[in-house]
Amino acid sequence: MAYSDKVIDHYENPRNVGSLDKSDPNVGTGMVGAPACGDVMKLQIKVNDSGIIEDAKFKTYGCGSAIASSSLVTEWLKGKTLDQAAEIKNSAIAEELALPPVKIHCSVLAEDAIKAAVADLKAKQPMNKETV
Amino acid sequence: MSLTTPIYLDYSATTPVDPRVAEKMIPYLTKIFGNPASRSHSFGWAAEKAVEEAREEVARLVNADSREIVWTSGATESNNLAIKGAAHFYSGTKGKHIITVATEHKAVIDPVRELEREGFEATFLNPEPNGLIDIEKFKAAIRPDTVLASVMFVNNEIGVIQDIEAIGNICRENNIIFHVDAAQATGKVEIDLEKLPVDLMSFSAHKTYGPKGIGALYVRRKPRIRIEAQMHGGGHERGMRSGTLPTHQIVGMGEAFRIAREEMKQENERILRLRNRLLQGLVSIDEVYVNGDIEKRVPHNLNISFNFVEGESLIMAVKDIAVSSGSACTSASLEPSYVLRALGRSDELAHSSIRFSIGRFTTEEEIDYTVSLMKNKIGKLRELSPLWEMHLDGVDLSKVEWAAH
Amino acid sequence: MQINKAYFDHNATTALDPRVLEAMIPYLSRQNGNPASRHWFGRMSRQAIDHAREQVANAVEAHPSQIVFTSGGTESNNLAIRGISTLGNGQAIAVSAIEHPCVMNPAKGLQKHGIKVNTIDVDENGKVIVDSLLEKLKTPTGLVSVILANNETGVIQNIDSIAQIARDHHALVHTDAVQALGKIDIDFNALHVHAMTLSSHKINGPHGVGALVIDKRVDLIAQMLGGGQERGLRSGTENLAAIVGFGAACELLKYERLEHAASIKSLRDALEIGLRNLGARIFGVAAERLPNTSFFAFEGIDGETLVMAMDRKGYAVASGSACSSDSTEPSHVLLAMGIQPDMARGAIRVSLSSTNSMEEIESFLTALANEISRFKQLTAIAV
Repeated sequence: MAYSDKVIDHYENPRNVGSLDKSDPNVGTGMVGAPACGDVMKLQIKVNDSGIIEDAKFKTYGCGSAIASSSLVTEWLKGKTLDQAAEIKNSAIAEELALPPVKIHCSVLAEDAIKAAVADLKAKQPMNKETV
Repeated sequence: MSLTTPIYLDYSATTPVDPRVAEKMIPYLTKIFGNPASRSHSFGWAAEKAVEEAREEVARLVNADSREIVWTSGATESNNLAIKGAAHFYSGTKGKHIITVATEHKAVIDPVRELEREGFEATFLNPEPNGLIDIEKFKAAIRPDTVLASVMFVNNEIGVIQDIEAIGNICRENNIIFHVDAAQATGKVEIDLEKLPVDLMSFSAHKTYGPKGIGALYVRRKPRIRIEAQMHGGGHERGMRSGTLPTHQIVGMGEAFRIAREEMKQENERILRLRNRLLQGLVSIDEVYVNGDIEKRVPHNLNISFNFVEGESLIMAVKDIAVSSGSACTSASLEPSYVLRALGRSDELAHSSIRFSIGRFTTEEEIDYTVSLMKNKIGKLRELSPLWEMHLDGVDLSKVEWAAH
Repeated sequence: MQINKAYFDHNATTALDPRVLEAMIPYLSRQNGNPASRHWFGRMSRQAIDHAREQVANAVEAHPSQIVFTSGGTESNNLAIRGISTLGNGQAIAVSAIEHPCVMNPAKGLQKHGIKVNTIDVDENGKVIVDSLLEKLKTPTGLVSVILANNETGVIQNIDSIAQIARDHHALVHTDAVQALGKIDIDFNALHVHAMTLSSHKINGPHGVGALVIDKRVDLIAQMLGGGQERGLRSGTENLAAIVGFGAACELLKYERLEHAASIKSLRDALEIGLRNLGARIFGVAAERLPNTSFFAFEGIDGETLVMAMDRKGYAVASGSACSSDSTEPSHVLLAMGIQPDMARGAIRVSLSSTNSMEEIESFLTALANEISRFKQLTAIAV
């Protein structure tokens, strides 16, 4: 399998690896995938008081493309609002990393992880709870 | 440091040609180039003599009669010829049931599948979790119409050695033709076909420091075993396998098998020391699982699963060592190894397995480099792994409900 | 003592070209991966095979994806006959009467599976008789197989027109081009066949490797099963060094074949003038033949004895094809051409290459003349 230079760069120097405190009300956690499928992504975002994502961390069990996809989105997420974050599309990830067709599912998984983290955060925050 | 990377630890996929073998082959490429079937001139005679000397060498390694050795293009052809050739020849008298094992090489499994499509029935025995066959289960699989059994001597992925003598005796008692794929066994375990109750045995040159593209099939003479030829033509190899014999490759296989016979003992001792060094280094890492029985196993092989890291990223991480994840022939696909799954390993552990295979030119320095590389890379990948984090937190991953993706 | 031997048996096998050996050596002497492996060693091997595949394809104007590497001509012919004949339109297979045993025998083997084997007749020059082909095609036929250039006589068939007729009758077409490769131009597409057999060791490449060129629209049924190499059409670890050598030999053909063809033909023509003067009958002489091959006999002289006598004098020639050198049966090719068995039994084949010289031809003719007069004296005494 030939990986693009960008995938290899993210794989060899992953950005923002780590974990945030799950119980922090300003932290949203998304965990998607399953070990049997060969991919599990954990993505965490932390927002400041004005609702801007100020930190993002990930851990990924998966192939090089899955690691690169999650590493890339942690860079993209910082500085975005939750709504802007939720707009990140898998196609943009796949394009940026030049993923081959058999690896598109990695970008889909990354998009799902963002959505899950955002949903988790929104569920935690009282303001959002009221609007539900 | 005189190490050059990548380090080759994939001797079970293929071995380099031993320089002594290459040296012996070259004159047959340049000077003595007759067609061994040309009986009318001396160019052909010289080639024929070389072919017969090589046949003698192959026979000596396995203590057989040289008249029992049939040249083929490799173990795949030998397996196809043995299985289809014997099944077709004997099905009329004995029946159409075949016993083989789920962990056989594809070159055994696929011909058996083909026979199933032709109307044969096959039992694919599952080995025990250590990769070995339970003899009682083998016995239980036998039917009155069982015509053929095929069991590999040494498994290509996990290196375990089956009890060929015990299985062969059962086959004899039940009048079943017994084929053994020994592609991974030559030069690694003693093979004495005078004692072993085996009727057909497949060999390959390129797994034993000979050239690619040449192999042999042992066909027992006493009691005489018959097979139906699968390749027809000039009637070479006593009609069992037609085709001009590639003299230089045959000479190469003969020389490779001579070296194997003479050096096997010392070589296996040295390789066992290296393998144990590798094993000790790797089991010091947490959550690693050796696949296959560690005792009844050739010293050349170590197959280990690294828990909580994903297989493909693992292969990417260890690109400085040339190893296999699963067998070489199937590593182009992303399917987890069917051999490890047959042992009952989970998909995840099957995916994250690495086969290290050590050989004649492996050094202690290379083993030490490999151990430190693995420790480093596994550490890094686990740092990235949410599963490892959960494991450290005491989460039982088998109880987690994963969102299906 | 024989120091200078003349090799006149190039249709049986050829010497490896030193440049081919040079291309092969790295694959015999350093670490080479299994081409199925994903690591660096495996990828290097895979690239070498891909390159060779292009070289072989170029030699016959085919596409690399149409090349299936095998262990040689015999396997390629078996694969074609057994792998194609059950497809197409029919319960029958038609092969010419002058096919090599590795086409003839697998064809006969199909009878067991209920497939009828029809033999297409040839004329006195060894050319396929079109009316006979048409007659056989009255039976719905799955496959027609005709050798492009015969190994014994060197006679070349009009494969493109044979193929057109076969296609008009909804049959698939295979040709054994083992002897033709390197001796005449071959264009896979222009021949209009579905499958074509090639071998390396007849073109100064190594033994143990060949190819089947296959039109990918044909659902070839694999005969050797296992690891799924060669797109599943031929399992088994690729014969790396030999494949590289085959590719290199094909590459050399591209530059050197035409250059050599004329000089080889002039050697052969000089030989045949001498043979006629000695009273030889030359077979297939009125047909278009390979420039290097001469197949002949002398009335009343046993070929096998003459071949042995010539070998002692240092000339390697053949009686019939090498594969059947074992047997004393008269050549089935000559019998099919209507030659009397006694005459056919006396047949001798000289097959030349660019390594042969006019001096060798001349000394061969002198030695032959001596042997023949000696035989005639012996026979005269015996009578």
